[in-house]
Amino acid sequence: MIPLPYYLLISAFMFIMGVIGVLTRKNAIIVFMSIELMLNAANLSFVAFSSFLGNIYGQLFVFFVMAVAAAEAAVGLAIIISIFRNKATVNLDEINLLKW
Amino acid sequence: MIPVQDLFASAPLLIIGGSILIALILEMVFDSQSSIVAWFSGSALLFTAYWSLYHLYDRGFAFNNMISISGRTQLLFFIVNFAAAVVVMFSMDYIKKIQTNYGEFYILLLSAVLGMMLIAAARDMVIVFIGLEQMSICFYVLAGFRRKNIKSNESAIKYFLLGSFATGFIVYGMALLYGASQTFSIPEYLAHVETLKSNPIFLLGSLLFVIGFTFKIAAVPFHMWVPDVYQGAPTNVTAFMSTAGKVSGFAALITFLSPFIDYSARTTGSAKFFMPFLATLSVLSMLYGAIVALSQSDVKRMLAYSSIAHAGYMLIGLSALSYEGVDGVLFYLVAYTLMNLGAFGIISILETQDEKMLKIEDFAGLSSRSPLLAAFLAVFLFALAGLPPFAGFFGKYFVFVSAVENGMTWLAIVGVISSVISVYFYLRIIVLMYFSKGENTEVVSVPKSALLGVFVVFIMFVIMSAFPQKFEGIIHTIGLLTY
Repeated sequence: MIPLPYYLLISAFMFIMGVIGVLTRKNAIIVFMSIELMLNAANLSFVAFSSFLGNIYGQLFVFFVMAVAAAEAAVGLAIIISIFRNKATVNLDEINLLKW
Repeated sequence: MIPVQDLFASAPLLIIGGSILIALILEMVFDSQSSIVAWFSGSALLFTAYWSLYHLYDRGFAFNNMISISGRTQLLFFIVNFAAAVVVMFSMDYIKKIQTNYGEFYILLLSAVLGMMLIAAARDMVIVFIGLEQMSICFYVLAGFRRKNIKSNESAIKYFLLGSFATGFIVYGMALLYGASQTFSIPEYLAHVETLKSNPIFLLGSLLFVIGFTFKIAAVPFHMWVPDVYQGAPTNVTAFMSTAGKVSGFAALITFLSPFIDYSARTTGSAKFFMPFLATLSVLSMLYGAIVALSQSDVKRMLAYSSIAHAGYMLIGLSALSYEGVDGVLFYLVAYTLMNLGAFGIISILETQDEKMLKIEDFAGLSSRSPLLAAFLAVFLFALAGLPPFAGFFGKYFVFVSAVENGMTWLAIVGVISSVISVYFYLRIIVLMYFSKGENTEVVSVPKSALLGVFVVFIMFVIMSAFPQKFEGIIHTIGLLTY
């Protein structure tokens, strides 16, 4: 059996890739995909911990995270479509009416 | 079979949950111009607010200790429901003015309230997560509610991307906390604090969890979304996000930190490893919010920076990690909710259809255009500045005292300095309103329901300012019942 730290390292790597993706990419859809990657990194940790601790609650939580991520994707894509209708771009650099 | 006492204990949650379903049907049956959904949701919110105040001294757990109904929970229920009811009053005319008179608005508002109440009642990570997401997803939609308006779109997309980024941190933090403590139940941390506080996985997990929620309460350095979202979102939504949204962020932080506060209070051992982190965030937020607000020209944006500064003052109370600090934070939250609701409510009345009256210069000569609104706004701004006779001052006083008692006098000093700075930008509006002539001399037409909302907030605020000691006493008593 593969030991726990390997799973945690993979999960941490996925999480960091997600964070880097959110901070550096400019396309709203790709940023959103990076956020999903962060959530799935957390899911991997939950499942690994759950399996190694012999505690079922971690796997239960993963279902909640997946359901919520689906709801978030529905709303998020709707928001991206509504801004695309008004502005014909999803590039975050061009969405800058409100100054930082 | 669900025990009856569980259902009774979670009655406020069930009332709001049922109201959402009924509101959905009402919205479908009646035509879209009728305001029946607004009246229905307003009365459901007021009833729930009254219910939770009536049961303020009840306590108990429900649903396998996942939900706790204690005095603190009931107080948070009250704030959130009261704020939402007032926002309904502001919205009835405002959403007609901005031509988005859809019944969904109130249904989304009710759903967001349910999410906030879940966060306030949660004693388990699963409930915290579900409540947080229910609140946030409704907020993303509400921020972009003016869907033909490009600013509202932009505010929604920024809020959505940064908000779900923060959710990623929170979920990953929860995964690490679960791995280290093998439980989702927050009160169970108390039994293991001794071993957990030297466990690096646990420390990293709590750091990520707290970072995620500092996004939600808008503290520096995780504040980037706040000015843009508050400025772009419809004003009534901003009023709701900046008050109830912040309340529930703090509710989650208080829930998470309470085992460590108990631990510090009950034993000689210290669980103050959160202290330096929270204190740093607090100093950064206070100074950054106060200084950047000085240079703003848009009122909503200025109030957004002021809300960052207020998050800083409230973090002082949390970083003290003591019962007094938490009491101070709760007092401050109630006061802040009332004054910010009032200020944003008045701005939403003044705002015109083509988004005029949002620049600070537009407030010149307001006292002759609408003496009543100018007077109310002046009171709320004085209170936000933290000047003595008002509750804003007492809120600051209580958190500063808790910092001094816990050996963090320097934090209180930074707080006082930043309040002094912040007086300037609040008073600037008051000076403009009363002592300069504006080009616009048209009399403001004030819708009745919104005026009623402002008036209700004002009355509550005056009562709170008149009896701060009594109020603090109540918060202290229900706090003791909670621990």
